[in-house]
Amino acid sequence: MYQYDAHDQRLVEERAAQFRGQVQRRLEGSITEDEFKPLRLQNGLYMQLHAYMLRVAIPYGLLSSTQLRMLATIAREHDKGYGHFSTRQNIQFNWIKLEDVPRILDALARVQMHAIQTSGNCIRNTTSDHLAGVAPDELEDPRPYCELIRQWSTFHPEFAFLPRKFKIAVTGTPDDDRAAVRFHDIGVRIVEDDAGQRGFQILAGGGMGRSPHIAPVVREHLPYEHLLSYLESILRVYNRYGRRDNKYKARIKILVAELGIDEFRSQVEAEWEQIRDGALRLERAEIDRLKAFFAPPAYRELPSADLQLQAQALGADPALRYFVANNVLGHRQPGYCAVMVSLKAPGRPPGDASDSQMDALADLADEYSFGELVVTHTQNLVLPHVEQTRVGQLHAALREHELATANAGTLTDSICCPGLDFCNLANARSIPVAIEIGERFERLDYLSDLGEVSLKISGCINACGHHHVGNIGILGIDKIGEEAYQLMLGGSPGNDASIGQIVGRAFSRAEIVDAVQTVLETYLGGRTGEDERFLDYFRRVGLPPFKEALYGDHQAR
Amino acid sequence: MEIIKQGEIVTSAWVHLGDDEPLPAHAADLTVSLARLLEQREPLLARAREGSGQVGVRLTPADELDPLLPVLPELSLVAIEFPKFTDGRGYSLARLLRDRHGYRGELRAMGHVLRDQLFYMHRCGFDAFELAPGKSIHDALEAFSELSVRYQAAADDPRPLFRRRSAAP
Ligand code: SF4
Repeated sequence: MYQYDAHDQRLVEERAAQFRGQVQRRLEGSITEDEFKPLRLQNGLYMQLHAYMLRVAIPYGLLSSTQLRMLATIAREHDKGYGHFSTRQNIQFNWIKLEDVPRILDALARVQMHAIQTSGNCIRNTTSDHLAGVAPDELEDPRPYCELIRQWSTFHPEFAFLPRKFKIAVTGTPDDDRAAVRFHDIGVRIVEDDAGQRGFQILAGGGMGRSPHIAPVVREHLPYEHLLSYLESILRVYNRYGRRDNKYKARIKILVAELGIDEFRSQVEAEWEQIRDGALRLERAEIDRLKAFFAPPAYRELPSADLQLQAQALGADPALRYFVANNVLGHRQPGYCAVMVSLKAPGRPPGDASDSQMDALADLADEYSFGELVVTHTQNLVLPHVEQTRVGQLHAALREHELATANAGTLTDSICCPGLDFCNLANARSIPVAIEIGERFERLDYLSDLGEVSLKISGCINACGHHHVGNIGILGIDKIGEEAYQLMLGGSPGNDASIGQIVGRAFSRAEIVDAVQTVLETYLGGRTGEDERFLDYFRRVGLPPFKEALYGDHQAR
Repeated sequence: MEIIKQGEIVTSAWVHLGDDEPLPAHAADLTVSLARLLEQREPLLARAREGSGQVGVRLTPADELDPLLPVLPELSLVAIEFPKFTDGRGYSLARLLRDRHGYRGELRAMGHVLRDQLFYMHRCGFDAFELAPGKSIHDALEAFSELSVRYQAAADDPRPLFRRRSAAP
């Protein structure tokens, strides 16, 4: 993975020192809370319902075991013993004291980490495919480009005060977008044109929030050397012309929609013509320098093992069988696999990990995965390089730390925002709904029978829980002072991107889990067979059977 | 008033003339809005030629640069207003003036200009700063040296860090 050089290291150290001064000035009262707010936000520090929340950047989700141990230490010493992995591949600590933050930033800097630009109206942490570098279907590893973007966007002097936050995602697997690039302010896809020439397809103006948009294509094929100049052009057009009069219309998706993609494209291209051959033009040497950091680890030469057979041979352990079926993912290196560690154990808030779990995972990463882990946007962790024959052993070790839940990719592997338990924008709680669903549908045989179905829950219209792109989406709303939940069906974040459709009137807290059950039963009763996934079924039949099952008897009300 | 210019605290005698204020009879260095500059270009530039004071323009974040370009070489000051520090359009205007249009005169940030924005402003090409009222200009001077690492090419260094890295032995 990327290793800081003296420049990178000095930057995070200076940043920690700078923030120490800013906190000092705030505590003394020489700057007001209003003036402090954007400063703390650019260091990832939010004021939440009960305390400060600190968001730490995990660039494109990649973590070393050393870094994870430091996160465990911070959870133990400065929080209540846990951290929350977010849908942006970052980690959040929910119980932070302002005066501790400079010490925490120093600690992070010691392991090449920071909280720079994890909030505020600036370019946020670049996200990517959690299987980057190991996926068998990958065209090219996107992480060197992510790192380039990380450096270009870090303290970019022109783009620190954009109309609104700005998120970029990159995928190197054009056939299977695991990074939801179509729902980002800018999506970058590594593609090949008809002549086999590698380049980037650039999308812009996607997003969720109160008006979800699937990003249209700005440029079909951009030669690699122009990546940064093109991004800079898009950002400049957005910085100058994005709306600043209304917070809810300030994202780039609104600019793109209001101008129309053709006009937006021509403005971007006109800007780009002016700068394309300037200082931002990339040289092969720089790309190669970055690529070297992401070279594969020292894999052993291994034959491929058949894990299914092996799991059965291991005997009567259904837990391991389900684990192999759901949580073990393909790998480009023969004899290896990637293992998804689910942070969705029944009864636990989705995405949370305790300090001791983080320590345990760091040790397991050292033992089984060359010391590397990846945070997924589905709020799990991946051990990216595990020998297939050691999966049984790893599973047993994970089990000791309650990290072996075999539900990856199933209903209970839900995405869930912090909701009203923590967030001051929330309308409704989301974590208790996720937990109740996790407990009601705990049985692995049931989950396996359901197959691939995604559940995503947000506590308000800001959509941090990505409810628009859940096969089943739940949105917390406020119904005359009562928490209520809107149900959406048919969303998908990937190559076949779609936005979920609202089924009908909202459900109360007491009704919502039953409603999810009704939806699942409708699907199970109506599908042509196990091959027809929930999303396929929905696309075939649409809302009517679900409406009928959910509201049919009560239509008169 | 006291401003920061090229890293030092200096006194500025420029007068920011409102659109409905008449041109003063006496000699003075004046800034006017872009609209007024375009409207009264001749009388304003005549003052400068006669030695009655220099002429500058005050840009608002929404101003387009194209109409300004023909007059730009005649100006001694371009001031960009920040109505709120969160309005970042002025940064792009500054870079365009410096990098694209070759403006080399004084480029001043005014309005809601706070210490913690100076680093970014400076990198975009501003070399003069009128701080927001009530802010310590001496404290603000420290802001320029807080961060010494710059990844990007900008007005203050035409080479991004990756160029400088590969140039290093
Ligand atoms: S979706 Fe709403 S409630 Fe949930 S974290 Fe985001 S802002 Fe808070």
